[in-house]
Amino acid sequence: MADKITRPRPKKDRLRRTMMFMNAQRPGLIKDAYIYGVDSIILDLEDAVAVNQKDAARFSLYHALTTIDYGDTEVIVRINGLDTEYWQEDVRVCVAGGADGIRIAKCESADMVRQVEAAVEAAEREFGVEVGRTLLMAALESPLGIMNAYEICTASDRMLGCAISGGDFRQSMHVQIEPDGIEMQAARSQMLLAARAAGVQCLDTMFPNLDDEEGFRREVDLVARMGFDGKSVINPKQIAYIHEKFAPTQKQIAHAENIARSCRAQSEAGIGVYVVDGKMVDPPFYKEAERIIELAKKCGVYHGDL
Amino acid sequence: MINAVGRDIPDYLLADGKEVYQGRFAKDGQLVKRDSPTCVMHEKPVADKLCASIREACEHCDVHDGMTISFHSEFRNGDYTASQVVKVLVEDFGVRDLHVAATSLGDAHDLLADYIEQGIITHIESSGVRGRIGEAISHGKLKEPAIIRSHGGRPRAMMAGELHVDVTFLAASTSDKAGNASGVGGKNNCGSLGFAIPDSQYADKVVIITDTLVDFPNVPASIKCEDVDYVVVVDEIGDPKRIASKEARFTQDPRELMMAKNAADVIAALPYFKNGFSFQTGVGGPSLAVNRFLEDHMREKNIKMGFALGGVSGAICNLLDKGLVGKIIDVQDFDQTAINHLANNPNHVEMSQSEYANPGSKGSFVNYLDYMVLSALEIDTKFNVNVVTGSDGVVRGAPGGHPDTAATSKCCIIVTPLVRGRMPVVCKDVTTVTTPGECVDVLVTDYGTAVNPARTDIIECLDAAGIPHVSIESLQEKAYSIVGEPDPLQWEDKVVAIVEARDGTILDVIRQIKPYDFE
Repeated sequence: MADKITRPRPKKDRLRRTMMFMNAQRPGLIKDAYIYGVDSIILDLEDAVAVNQKDAARFSLYHALTTIDYGDTEVIVRINGLDTEYWQEDVRVCVAGGADGIRIAKCESADMVRQVEAAVEAAEREFGVEVGRTLLMAALESPLGIMNAYEICTASDRMLGCAISGGDFRQSMHVQIEPDGIEMQAARSQMLLAARAAGVQCLDTMFPNLDDEEGFRREVDLVARMGFDGKSVINPKQIAYIHEKFAPTQKQIAHAENIARSCRAQSEAGIGVYVVDGKMVDPPFYKEAERIIELAKKCGVYHGDL
Repeated sequence: MINAVGRDIPDYLLADGKEVYQGRFAKDGQLVKRDSPTCVMHEKPVADKLCASIREACEHCDVHDGMTISFHSEFRNGDYTASQVVKVLVEDFGVRDLHVAATSLGDAHDLLADYIEQGIITHIESSGVRGRIGEAISHGKLKEPAIIRSHGGRPRAMMAGELHVDVTFLAASTSDKAGNASGVGGKNNCGSLGFAIPDSQYADKVVIITDTLVDFPNVPASIKCEDVDYVVVVDEIGDPKRIASKEARFTQDPRELMMAKNAADVIAALPYFKNGFSFQTGVGGPSLAVNRFLEDHMREKNIKMGFALGGVSGAICNLLDKGLVGKIIDVQDFDQTAINHLANNPNHVEMSQSEYANPGSKGSFVNYLDYMVLSALEIDTKFNVNVVTGSDGVVRGAPGGHPDTAATSKCCIIVTPLVRGRMPVVCKDVTTVTTPGECVDVLVTDYGTAVNPARTDIIECLDAAGIPHVSIESLQEKAYSIVGEPDPLQWEDKVVAIVEARDGTILDVIRQIKPYDFE
């Protein structure tokens, strides 16, 4: 089975500004979803697929994974919930086809992560796939999931990150989408803290109203400023603005370059704290400057020579 | 003889001075003696030129076997005139060996396909040959090869006397008793009558057919009374639902939107994108949507379009209403918004098919076009485009203004998906060359953008703007890797249609299709 896998070994720490959901059962969508330049696609076996179509969707998923060249686009699969009878077979198909990762829907505890991990590992052994290859991520869709975010994010070495799922979360909190995002402020903040503490990525929910361009942009601006790594999308037209907003600005890049350039000279001269572009900097700033330049390179907006 | 796009043109077609295609501006500067119609003098004042019926008009027009009649296609699939007239000529007058020249023929004209199959219509000259007429032609039902011309090539052929029309029957939305005719103000409006104007000037006899007779004088008129012999009033000249859609709407298809955006980004990255630039786009999904993304670039850089050519749809009219476009110069209207706009906006004006694109004139509007955005049925690695023959080899499309605008615009952009169904659009060799590759500058597909290597200037601009592009060969290979390489079509020897370049030389030939043989 393992010889069928065509995708390179997945990387935990990669660019995930956008993760686009698509129904795994729709060949017209999944055959070339990579053309839109999205960082990751999420092939959905869960809510998008009717109960009596789960097998058909797995079949189409397996063949997509093993025959379509998705190139640099990450391919993640959203499996059915652990409270269903479908998820274990979903895991076997993902592993056999060589999906880069599995998104655990409605994740509420570290135990749930470990349960999926065990099934993944068993499947890796079953199909002769390198153990540890398949990554995991958790969708936090309830207050309990948010409360347990740190334990969830640290439950397995395979965890690439967590994502909040707004639809279910807002329902359980008895709130609607608000223009300023106040209804998710606490949850987003808490999840961000947990993810950063765990050293994994943190991803925001999708914006459902495709015609509300202004509301969409407002939400993207908010979560970019909060420090998210990316955001789910449900339509290719949402990609460009997110990529623009999650890339460092030219001003940020220039400042980071100045810090990086001056850093060596200053430390050789034995100076700890000094001023760049009128702002005080010290060693922790060097690391952040390097991160910004690295991110700018990955986003394709870096034109310098560092 | 092999022509400049590598197509083998049979020698027997190169009679009477007919030449093979030699390059896009090979005939520039050549002298042309303009043909003139033989007209009946109307010296004595008459009360009107009205005829009670098409039949009565035909009685006055010296109908005979072997005659050439013409029609325009401003009423598109809603056109009643061509079928009605041909029926009268064939059924009432028993005309045989009928030659039909039209700006386009399509689904409204199945009756003509019957007459082709019966051997009554023996020759077709047209831009578009769609529907059953295309099937009949491709199955070798015409005695002589059909001649397929572009919108510019047609008036050139009329001017040069290569296409001489005995009687033209021109549907008009309104006319007065003397034949001043227009595409607006009636009950079935088509907007611009640009396609009809050369016929009114170059045919021996001119018959206007309208369903709305208005008071004399019907001015401003598209077709002038000095060119008109007879006016016929009928109940309905067309089916309004099929003349024009209500408003051609922007696509919501993410793939088409992405291509449209990428095409607009290419436009904005070139030096021609400055105040007063000019632009034309087709009406297909991704082409039309370019308007939307172009608006963003124009606002961002505070640039206004000098004029738009067309093929006009509501999208460009809306841009004019927003103050982003100076003038719209209009040869045909695709939707009701554009038709109403032409009727009501002084900066939206009609032009004739000859003014639009005629290479035999002293300079048509297309000569001043900066950007042209077009689609394609196929495009090959030499950038040759096919918009006429389908994947089964059957004639089913129209060059329209494609070859004219591609040849003259400063940047011609083709927007098309890489594959359609199981067919690769980007291929090694197009079935039929309808626009030479030397006229095509940029190809935008859903899998990437390619620039004609001859346009090193455009390549530099895209690189400077950070717009990624790949070789057209890599796109073709990608297409074949997805859907495979199609087996070649199988043809008979008989040439069923000649694709004329806009300058009148032979660009390609279409042969009779052979039923596919699985060996």
